[in-house]
Amino acid sequence: MILQDKVWLLTLVGLGGVTAVFLYVISQATRQADASRVQAQSYAIRRWFFLVLVAAGLVAIVATLLPFPIPDQHAASGAAQIVKVTGHQWAWEVSPGPIKAGVPVEFDVTSADVNHGFAIYDDSGRLLAQTQAMPGVTNRLVHTFTKPGKYRVMCLEYCGLAHHTMVVDLDVTETTEGQP
Amino acid sequence: MSTLHPDTEVLTTRERIVLNVYLVSTLVLFILLMVFGLIMRLAQSTWIALSPNLFYQMMTAHGAGMVGTVGLASSAVMWFFLRKYVRLSLAIFVTNFVFFMLGAGLLLAATFIGHYGGAWTFLYPLPVHSLGVWSIGAAAVFMLGYLVIGVGFLLFYLDAMLAIIRVYGNLGRGLGLQWLFGGTIDKSHPTTVVASTMVIIVNSLGILGGAVVLVMGLVNAYASNFVLNALFAKNLIYFFGHVFINISIYMAVIAVYELLPRYTNRPWGISRPFLWAWTASTVMVLTVYPHHLLMDFVMPRWMLITGQVVSYASGLPVFLVTAYGALTNIFQSGIRWRIPAMLLILSMFGWAAGIVPAIIDGTISVNRVMHNTMWVPGHFHFYLMLGVLPMLLAFMYHLIGERADHPDSGGDRLGFAVYLVGGLTFVGMFLAGGHASEPRRYAVHLAQWLPYDRVASIGAVLVIAAMLLFTTRICRGLLHAPSASHPLPDR
Repeated sequence: MILQDKVWLLTLVGLGGVTAVFLYVISQATRQADASRVQAQSYAIRRWFFLVLVAAGLVAIVATLLPFPIPDQHAASGAAQIVKVTGHQWAWEVSPGPIKAGVPVEFDVTSADVNHGFAIYDDSGRLLAQTQAMPGVTNRLVHTFTKPGKYRVMCLEYCGLAHHTMVVDLDVTETTEGQP
Repeated sequence: MSTLHPDTEVLTTRERIVLNVYLVSTLVLFILLMVFGLIMRLAQSTWIALSPNLFYQMMTAHGAGMVGTVGLASSAVMWFFLRKYVRLSLAIFVTNFVFFMLGAGLLLAATFIGHYGGAWTFLYPLPVHSLGVWSIGAAAVFMLGYLVIGVGFLLFYLDAMLAIIRVYGNLGRGLGLQWLFGGTIDKSHPTTVVASTMVIIVNSLGILGGAVVLVMGLVNAYASNFVLNALFAKNLIYFFGHVFINISIYMAVIAVYELLPRYTNRPWGISRPFLWAWTASTVMVLTVYPHHLLMDFVMPRWMLITGQVVSYASGLPVFLVTAYGALTNIFQSGIRWRIPAMLLILSMFGWAAGIVPAIIDGTISVNRVMHNTMWVPGHFHFYLMLGVLPMLLAFMYHLIGERADHPDSGGDRLGFAVYLVGGLTFVGMFLAGGHASEPRRYAVHLAQWLPYDRVASIGAVLVIAAMLLFTTRICRGLLHAPSASHPLPDR
């Protein structure tokens, strides 16, 4: 399952849970019970709810931050391929050369003018990875293309009138046997 | 007078006029800005033709306008309830409105006369680097508009700050810090004072952060050798932007704390968890903004981690104190399901549900594939359209309930249903578009995104239809002659 699908599923489960709780409480709202009894019971449940949420949060933090999902920006990534990317209003300048599948690629992304968003889409239109392209700053994104083919770079940070036209294709080729 | 409308909330004639002007203006602005939103969605749907230039101008006006208008309407909620406990200046409340309208005029002029289309986020250096689409002057007028609006809000907060200090001694006592670790809590300490104190502290700092970057931007506009660090400017902008829009929720939620207990006839006062929640929110709203910069990889790692961890933690007060407290308050309460109560519960649902996709997007590895897709407007429209706006509408419907004999009609209930269905459809399509990697802020969309855009347009039409009905009803109610016990002589 791709990440977007996991996120979608998790969101639907979360929204469904919130909705179910609200609907249950609303269905009970017009009945009448002693307020202090309701409050005491409810707050007893809340203590457990609090512990569950904190525990879930801690697990999520550990699971998603270890290892840290952004490459160290102050040390060499060790990627065999390095691609220089510069955003311009309104075009991408990508250093020439083949990009090979199955091998980590380091994209050194910057901007010549305003903020842009360097986003890599696959041929089905799914966003694979992104980083910001900023003037005076180089963000280092490391990505491994799992299969060869045509990929598309789009701008995901609003950069003015022709922001939506800022597109360039990336050709990713098969890895030659024994050669990165 | 019923307990729904206590004597402590009676308005003088002048106060009533000022509040009416606030509320009617914000409703009209909401509809105008919603129409801008609808036009953008229709254009993305290819159902109407709109030049990219005009699209981005509308996008800029919609974003800046909505953020400001939500803030203005929420400040009216805070003013209305806070004045029961401390003495607020009506003149300063009026000044805030005048400054807002002046600023809004500048923003609209910059956008539609000066063709400024640099988005409400005015990310440096885009305002001064449009490649000839708009002038430096237009960008400067836009930034000046923000500054003028900010000054009005700051005056309002300073007045409220002084008023709270006069009554409670200092802001810490207003926030209830003295009871965090022990002691007997004074249950009569108003929830409104706790919330308002938090708002004052946080948004004063937020606005000051915004003022710094706006002034630097203005200097840069006319002295190009004064160059800003783009990353530093971005930090300040998102600090300001995040704080300002979030604080609008915390101002508007005062209506929930004040009004819901009246419809359930059950008390909802402060408690130690409540005070902890508001103290924690004070810190978290100020520190969570790096979650807007998760794709700026050069940011210090500790800041990015802070962004993610605090994003998660900020859900706790919302879920466990405000939404949970509201649900506890209505559970088996024998509530009277009148329109204000329905809107209050909808607002709690919208806020609690809307932060689910928001919190998930605060995860760095998720942000990598969701940042600046439609997922983002999906979650913030969720808790603004289905959270904050219902809080504001509930407040307004409650007010007109005081002035009209029969505040609820079948039309209102139909409007509520239409708003709910339209709103869920509208935000659902943003989220579905985000799931499909549809970028946000694109004037022109690819064919594969059109279904989301088109269904969203239908949702937007429903929301606007309901808003027109609400606005008509509320405006008529607000202008209704006050009942016999009103007004009080001017104080």
